[in-house]
Amino acid sequence: MKIHEYQAQALLKEFGIPVPDGCVAATPQEALEAARKLGCPVVLKAQVHAGGRGKAGGVRVVETEAAVLSTAEAILGLTIKGLPVRKVYVARAAAVRSEAYLSLLIDRAISKLVFIGCAVGGVEIEETAKTSRGRIHRLELPSRQDGTQAAKDYAAFAQELYKEPRLAGEAAGIMAGMARLFRARDCSLVEINPLAVTGENRLLALDAKILLDDNALFRHPDNAALRDPDSEDPVETEAREAGLSFIGLGGTIGCIVNGAGLAMGTLDTVKHFGGEPANFLDVGGSSSPQKMATAFRIILRNPQVKVMFINVFGGITRCDDVARGLLEAMQECRLAVPVVVRLAGTNEQAGRDLLAGQKLLVASTLEDGAQKAVELAHKP
Amino acid sequence: MSILINAQTRVIVQGITGRDGSFHTAQMLEYGTKVTGGVTPGKGGQRVHGLPVFNTVAEAVSATGATVSVLYVPAPFAKAALLEAAAAPLELVVCITEGIPTLDALEARTALRLAGIRFIGPNCPGLISPGQCKVGIMPAAIHKPGSVGVISRSGTLTYEIVAALSAAGFGQSTCVGVGGDPIIGSRFADLLPLFEADPGTEALVMVGEIGGQDELVAAEYWRTRMRKKLVAFVAGLTAPPGRRMGHAGALVGAADETAAAKIEKLRSYGIPVARLISEVPQVLRGS
Repeated sequence: MKIHEYQAQALLKEFGIPVPDGCVAATPQEALEAARKLGCPVVLKAQVHAGGRGKAGGVRVVETEAAVLSTAEAILGLTIKGLPVRKVYVARAAAVRSEAYLSLLIDRAISKLVFIGCAVGGVEIEETAKTSRGRIHRLELPSRQDGTQAAKDYAAFAQELYKEPRLAGEAAGIMAGMARLFRARDCSLVEINPLAVTGENRLLALDAKILLDDNALFRHPDNAALRDPDSEDPVETEAREAGLSFIGLGGTIGCIVNGAGLAMGTLDTVKHFGGEPANFLDVGGSSSPQKMATAFRIILRNPQVKVMFINVFGGITRCDDVARGLLEAMQECRLAVPVVVRLAGTNEQAGRDLLAGQKLLVASTLEDGAQKAVELAHKP
Repeated sequence: MSILINAQTRVIVQGITGRDGSFHTAQMLEYGTKVTGGVTPGKGGQRVHGLPVFNTVAEAVSATGATVSVLYVPAPFAKAALLEAAAAPLELVVCITEGIPTLDALEARTALRLAGIRFIGPNCPGLISPGQCKVGIMPAAIHKPGSVGVISRSGTLTYEIVAALSAAGFGQSTCVGVGGDPIIGSRFADLLPLFEADPGTEALVMVGEIGGQDELVAAEYWRTRMRKKLVAFVAGLTAPPGRRMGHAGALVGAADETAAAKIEKLRSYGIPVARLISEVPQVLRGS
């Protein structure tokens, strides 16, 4: 789960990591009040779940109070990568001597937590990393925690980033804070970029990106409270709340599949036969009638959809359950498009029997179904 | 022949009294799996499908002589259940549960590893040696005994491919779903040596998908260490580019690969990749 920079900064602060003073604002007036409280110069930063904010004009330094209102208004009027900017973060600007990069994440290839650091940070970090100045340092955290050893490892790692012992000491402290935050709040990523050396020769986390583990939300109501539904596609939010996984793709064939792998395989097959999928939709393990109905509603709301293709291979999911859900959904929603259904696996025959006599096209295999759907989508 | 499980394998079920645990215990028994008992803390002494329920894994293992445990425990309690399994004298632990927090999976993986217990999953369909033993949730009827090993990150996609293999006359030695989470107990490359050493396996099908690098790590292992034939399918050609983890994903050297890039790399290793699911048997046949 993504959270905003201002929320990430608050989390860093809670775990003892130095961040600039700042306030979040939803209107130009609130931004002005924040700037007055903090004292100019301040940085105004668009709060959206998208990269490349700076290049889109969403990050601006404001030297005087007089310019805050107009700048905040301009930023709050932006749409960055399709997402409207609804909040702006007002942070006290700092004089910066140098910028480093520091992050903690799970390296799935080796199943370990890993610190990544680079003495030269900033928005061009990936490019910098390819040059000799941008040497990337890695520290794999041991599987079993040992506080004394960790402190030593952080100190050694920090010395690779900072020659000055005082700065290295501060960096080691920041690493310890990041590790505590990561574990305490079930993060998937804690990234500070840039980690700045200020005019006063202190470290300051100028920007932060934190991802939270969706699977751990059940034990972190405080994490769940950080979700900003305004920053998500409303259809994807509706799907998520119903336990579905949905991504819009822009084509004409609405797809409902059980399992992410088979959903991808189904879209690939549709595309192979010349069709354009309208969406990715995984109904997950158990297909309750309600889930099916929500899936139907979401797909039928899209006016571009010309045909619906349902592909279910039952394992833990039972085909008769899927069929019941389908019948219920069909009663609830007025079907304006043809529906192609392919059911296989657990209780396949019972599922087919339930659907007999309905206005549905039954397909025998995935490819048969994909071809039928593509044919119908191409009909004028 | 097979890997990891066979007709003699004795199995216990953690979470046997739950809805999924109970249903799939019946399915496994029906398939002929030697399920010997189950575990649900606080429900020791009950019986499910005629099998004894124990309060702890240790009691269940000592009473039944099981060497394999399969978990249907809900995600919030899965870590404790896995750590309990790690403390018992088991050989294999299979975790079906989906939605386990990543840090929990990491801790459980470490504990099982240190205990020398092989770990499959979490968030996986389990494994099956057709005609001998089924430990998981896959529909039994699509499988046929034979000599093709199948490894996969997905559940239902695997069923689709196994059904195609069986229909084309290719039975399977063992099919393993390794799971789709970022942290899993066994990756493709961990299982390849077992298939290479298994006299009952003649060829392998690897079912991959977009994201991660596991298929490529497996390909490297295959090229340098294996003689048996390996073919692949990779799902996700039409998937939109995945969400990137800030800059960190690229810097850690584990950037998510697109399906197209993965297919191209697998082919460059000399591994045939089927374009369509239905083409997997054809590609395996070498035509």
